[in-house]
Amino acid sequence: MSVWRQLTRGLRVLANRNQADQDIADEARHYLEQTAEALMKEGLSPEEARRTARLGLGNIQEQVRDYGWENLISTTAADVRYAFRRLRKNPGFTAVCAFTLALGIGASTAIFSVVNPILFESLPYPQAPRIMMIWDISDGSRADVTFHSFRELQARSRSFDALAVMELWTPTIAGGAHPERFEGQSVSAGYFRVLGVQPALGRDFKESEDRFKVPHVVILSDALWKRNFGANGAIIGSQVNLDGNLYTVIGVMPKGFENVLAPSAELWSPLRYDVGNVTDFTSQAWGHHLHMVGRLRSGIGPAQAKRELDTIGLHPLVEFPRPPFASLKSGLIVQPLQGEVTREVKPALLAVLGAVLLVLLIACVNVTNLLLARGLQRRGEFAMRVALGAARSRLLRQLLTESFLLAIVGGALGMVVAGVGVRALVALSPSGLPRVDAISMDGPVFAFAFGSSALIGLLVGLVPALRAFRSDLAAGIQESSRRTAGGHNFTRGALVVSEVALALVLLVGAGLLIRSLQHLFAIPPGFDSSRVISMWVQESGHRFDDDKSSRRFFAQALEAVRRVPGVRSAAFTSLLPLSREQLTTYGASLENGGAFHNVFRYVVTPGYFETMSIPLLRGRLLDQRDVAGAQPAALISESLAKAGFPGQDPIGKRLHVGPSDRPWFVVAGVVGDVKQTSLADVEPHAVYLTPEQSWFADQEMSLVVRTRDEGTGLASASKNAVWSIDKDQPIVRIATMDSLLAASESQRRFALIVFQAFALVALVLAATGIFGVLSGNVNERAREIGVRSALGASRGDIVRLVVRQAVTLGGLGVVIGLAGAAFATKALTTLLFGVSLLDPVTYCGVIALMLAVSALAAWLPAWRAARVDPSITLRAE
Amino acid sequence: MDDQNTDVIQGTLDMLILKTLSLEPMHGFGIARRVEQISRGVFKVNPGSLLTALQRLERAGWLDAEWRQTENSRRAKFYSLTRAGKKQLEVETADWTRRASAIARLLKAEAEG
Repeated sequence: MSVWRQLTRGLRVLANRNQADQDIADEARHYLEQTAEALMKEGLSPEEARRTARLGLGNIQEQVRDYGWENLISTTAADVRYAFRRLRKNPGFTAVCAFTLALGIGASTAIFSVVNPILFESLPYPQAPRIMMIWDISDGSRADVTFHSFRELQARSRSFDALAVMELWTPTIAGGAHPERFEGQSVSAGYFRVLGVQPALGRDFKESEDRFKVPHVVILSDALWKRNFGANGAIIGSQVNLDGNLYTVIGVMPKGFENVLAPSAELWSPLRYDVGNVTDFTSQAWGHHLHMVGRLRSGIGPAQAKRELDTIGLHPLVEFPRPPFASLKSGLIVQPLQGEVTREVKPALLAVLGAVLLVLLIACVNVTNLLLARGLQRRGEFAMRVALGAARSRLLRQLLTESFLLAIVGGALGMVVAGVGVRALVALSPSGLPRVDAISMDGPVFAFAFGSSALIGLLVGLVPALRAFRSDLAAGIQESSRRTAGGHNFTRGALVVSEVALALVLLVGAGLLIRSLQHLFAIPPGFDSSRVISMWVQESGHRFDDDKSSRRFFAQALEAVRRVPGVRSAAFTSLLPLSREQLTTYGASLENGGAFHNVFRYVVTPGYFETMSIPLLRGRLLDQRDVAGAQPAALISESLAKAGFPGQDPIGKRLHVGPSDRPWFVVAGVVGDVKQTSLADVEPHAVYLTPEQSWFADQEMSLVVRTRDEGTGLASASKNAVWSIDKDQPIVRIATMDSLLAASESQRRFALIVFQAFALVALVLAATGIFGVLSGNVNERAREIGVRSALGASRGDIVRLVVRQAVTLGGLGVVIGLAGAAFATKALTTLLFGVSLLDPVTYCGVIALMLAVSALAAWLPAWRAARVDPSITLRAE
Repeated sequence: MDDQNTDVIQGTLDMLILKTLSLEPMHGFGIARRVEQISRGVFKVNPGSLLTALQRLERAGWLDAEWRQTENSRRAKFYSLTRAGKKQLEVETADWTRRASAIARLLKAEAEG
């Protein structure tokens, strides 16, 4: 009732302001007349009575008018109008402030829109926090799960509503001009139940479809369904030919279904493992190559689930036999899916987020400084308005309205900056950035931009506004000359010092990252990447079911590629260094009893070492002798030679790789170590075999081609050479080894580029800050400088005076910034490589740069100061 | 005498206005006069505060306002108590009595102790 009355009365006043004002005026006049009349009855003369009444009443009209929410609106509107006029009158000032804020807000908004969906928003699934990722533990570190371990846990665990395992699946549709290869996932039947998303069309997998040798079924993504099948609803129940097998389509996932575990997967099919012989520990179902996810039962936490799985691990049952390499004795790792998919990129994203906040802070400090400087020029105006009866709170509100408006204009411009920034960030983003498709300028991003603009508007306005009132306003009126400016210079100086300090933190961060990348790329990868192109060749179809024809295809394809003019040498390898492909490791046991759990198995055709320029350190390379019937031969990496045969000659020694029930491999030679996953990592040991002597034939191999000349023109020629043997085999991921090498450090490179850009912005802002304070200072001290030069100070003395001030401000900022950097760069630890957090080279370089820039920023004000003509400044007083 | 505090006790102005208007509808000056008279000059009402308070009470729904001709044919804004205003007056009076007697007891105890 009362709120309603408030609202209607307020609106009535707003609608008819004049009538309302008239009413108040009438009421006040009536009061005045009555008072005067009463005084006259007490014996005062009419004039005297009216005068006394008026004095007693004061300005009641203004007081009464202020009552009511509607007045807040009208005065605010007046403030906004006035603020707009002021900003328009100072276009230069407005432009500089708005642009600075746009830079800060835009950069932060861009970073926020990238970081928000990845780190802060929950994954796009119902009750997403309940989805866990589960890892086996092998040699103390996380490992993929075997299918039999999954079966045991699924049968025994009670903590999960659903559990599932999956692996990548890359089926091919052949028959067209070129084979079309798809990315997909082989999953256990419960996969979509774990995610909590069901097909929009058709149905989910049944447990009975995830059995050995049952007919194939497949679920398609919405995009694939629209692209290849014309969005035809009749697709359900029809069959498609993948890799030479007929698959029945049973479902289509909903539009907008995001598959964070394999973002580019477009079709799904059951794993269909052969689980017949559980005690055959060499079977594929015992391989550590499945990712495992689970949806927690409601009310059960990750820690509780982990305890249950660990207990299961410690208590094997006879009906679930386990080999030693999947004993589950060390327990399992249970982690929220969100943390798992963002684990790799989190350090870089957090570092970048921290960096952008520093930039935003510097931008704010800069604008605060500009507003402060302008506040000084307006002191006379404020003093006058206070003297004429304006309440201080009213003036404060008006100043804040101005800075608020400035920030909103800055924020609006910032959205343009952010739009460009987001696109640049996505283009630059490190490979493996999850949820890239979810990055957009959406509601939360706009809310962030507006919220931060509003907050900034109030913050940057507050210091100058309070500053303007702390000083004696009465003095403001009298003071027309600019002889004293001490107190304000202190505030402005402090702001500049903080700007320099913040910029220094960013510069140190950028410096440390540059040095890290220098160190990283100074590390030899173990091969010569120049003039080597690589591509991934996959065999598809039943004609490769027997290992012989599979090997024959690769051998013939290799011959064809070698005949291409311009090819110096070529080879196939099962593992391509630095290609970020999924890696499987195998156990190796040595004749002398040594054993290693995680060894890379490289199956390479002879010629691989020449093509990649991997040095032979001892013995001989693999060659035409190492064929099916001959004595199995292996090359081992230098690290394995050192670790497995310390102080001995490994040549002629014997070892098992993978299954131990096969003939021994004899070490034929030792080759140099190669970086497989990353330049920064210490790699597992490696064993090299020929395809004919390996215990299984790889159906996917990387072709590496060393060319005689620069340029990648040979890539398509090589591809056509492979297709001349069989045009139905898909070839993907064509890349030079140089680009793979560069991409392997894309996370650090991403952080570095962003830091460099931000550090540059920070440096420029800090420099303009110093410049602004000094030029203001030179103006204010023109008289002093005039007196000094009149008294015989040389131009050099004057320049030194100004530059000394700049270096003092810069130096103070550097000292504070160093302390801040030493603390803040801890956040970069995981991104750094080979440099200490207190790397002296970085710190010295950054300090020198900062001081040089400070001096540079002082140059123009100093030059102007030196040209001060004493006769003019002194006469001006 | 001049130095004596004649401000209306903080927070009681609303109650005094409601009480005064419970007798008959009145304009602003009338209310001020009545408060001063009945309090025998102990309280002097600040006109600005009074008119603002009248606005507020009207918005709250405790008063109705109406422009009328006075006896010497001038336009004046007359305020009268609404039903909600009567209720509010009872609440405030009860509250005030409770607090005033508590203070009186405290002062008495002070004097005895």
